[in-house]
Amino acid sequence: MKITREEVRHVAQLARLDLSVAEVDRMTGQLNAILTYMSKLDQLDTTGVAVTTHTQQVVNAFRDDEVRPSLLRQQVLNGAPEQNGESFVVPRVIG
Amino acid sequence: MEYFSSTVHEALRMLEAGEVSSVALTESVLNRIDAVEPTVRAYLTLDREGALRQAEQADIARKKGQAGPLCGIPVAVKDALCTTTMPTTCGSRMLEHFVAPYEATVMTKLAQAGSVLLGKLAMDEFAMGSTGENCAFKVPTNPWKPGYVAGGSSGGAAAAVAADQCMASLGSDTGGSVRQPASLCGTVGMKPTYGRVSRNGLVPLASSLDQIGPLTKDVRDCALIMNTICGYDPQDSTSIDKPVPDFRTSLQDGLKGIKIGIPREYFGQGLDPEVDQAVRQGMAMLEEAGAELVEVSLPHTDYCVAVYYLISPAEASSNLARFDGVRYGFRDRSTDSLIEMYNQTRSHGFGEEVKRRILIGTYALSAGYYDAFYKKASQVRTLIKEDLSRAFALCDVLASPVTPTPAWKIGDRSDDLVALYLSDILTLSANLAGIPGMSTPCGFSLDGLPIGMQLQAAHFNEAVLLRAAHNLEQRAGVVGKKPALV
Repeated sequence: MKITREEVRHVAQLARLDLSVAEVDRMTGQLNAILTYMSKLDQLDTTGVAVTTHTQQVVNAFRDDEVRPSLLRQQVLNGAPEQNGESFVVPRVIG
Repeated sequence: MEYFSSTVHEALRMLEAGEVSSVALTESVLNRIDAVEPTVRAYLTLDREGALRQAEQADIARKKGQAGPLCGIPVAVKDALCTTTMPTTCGSRMLEHFVAPYEATVMTKLAQAGSVLLGKLAMDEFAMGSTGENCAFKVPTNPWKPGYVAGGSSGGAAAAVAADQCMASLGSDTGGSVRQPASLCGTVGMKPTYGRVSRNGLVPLASSLDQIGPLTKDVRDCALIMNTICGYDPQDSTSIDKPVPDFRTSLQDGLKGIKIGIPREYFGQGLDPEVDQAVRQGMAMLEEAGAELVEVSLPHTDYCVAVYYLISPAEASSNLARFDGVRYGFRDRSTDSLIEMYNQTRSHGFGEEVKRRILIGTYALSAGYYDAFYKKASQVRTLIKEDLSRAFALCDVLASPVTPTPAWKIGDRSDDLVALYLSDILTLSANLAGIPGMSTPCGFSLDGLPIGMQLQAAHFNEAVLLRAAHNLEQRAGVVGKKPALV
């Protein structure tokens, strides 16, 4: 077993996913099949091999720190499920 | 010949000669959509009025002598590219009614070139899939054999071009999502070098792998669209400031002096004999055109699937964290608690494959597993990149199949996930190494399903790919062959 049901539930919680019992069962089986396949990477000795996180540039891309036009607030709010013309509205956080 | 069946360059010639108007072209394509869309199921949004309005404006611009390079050409794009005039759903319930506040850079470029936007095309949810079946709204079919997959994730983009429902389209390619459906549907499809085309306004799957690319009816059209979409964009911090050549100029050149590498690991177990034969015949055509064939080795090919299916879900799990019911799209309203709102929104807004990849990615990045999975995969990614660098010291272009088999029946491969992921093996290394790759039709199976040849080159060498692809196309005898829809 690469991953247990409890671990699947824990990872789902980290990812803010609420899985049903049936989903946990199914995902545990599938993730085990997938992670077992992944373990073929262990065949390779990668001691001292650099990681690749980016295939081209290795330097950061900076722009001048100057004021320029941005999206209008209303344009940005329009895509939200709930907004009051000034901000995004969410369920009460502090009781 | 009906207008809808013409290529972009043929249509441009007719427009320039005054033989046709953009309105007539666009109406012809809209009629075609009416006739075949019930079968093909490629469009998630069709903007008939908007398209005709843009076509009228294109005709006026042309009369005034202000025609851009794609003036009056009706196109459509994968529904992962942000548009302000219609929704961008990414094939997900999560974004079902979402209209973006800004437009993707490539959409601005297409508009500035004068093209006419018909609508948005079906895709696997958040570009996760190789069949089109993971789209929450409709599953496109392969125009060559209805009931067979169009491929994915840019399945609608390939099917619409193959079925003449648009003259060209744009897709996005994270692990083969332009090249694989192009191959299965018999169109040309290009994944440019990472950084060649701005990703600004492309809803991200895996940011270090994603690249936008064209799907077209022939190689010359691919060069034309590449001319429009490539180039540096300060809005994308990974965009690269390199001069963009006119990709049309070297198409007519032969292949004398060009070395074509044949990676022996790409012709391994599981390769369908008909695909093997069609691709080898295609290679013989490249040789006839003057190229020299050399065998090369990419020893880490067998690890591509494991590396990709760790890195891509890891990046995706991070990218998709933004979909929490606050700023975009769907919110589940069954609860008063903020945390429960996040949980319920994500659980009901995302489909099965998206949840699965979020779980894999979160697991691979989580404490205790990071070194064993994500870091290990990122190291093997370096080895895969080095394989390709060594190969490109010996040859200019790599030739291979795109997919191990032609298209298969919808539903046939939904049970064995590892087997389905393995079918992506031939396209993944281009994304992992950031090099350009393309699919060009080279033949058909006995069943009448298209087979594509993949060509890959070193960074920023799209021109040599297009040149080799054009030589192949001239000899393969597949140009102008159309599926027998309707």
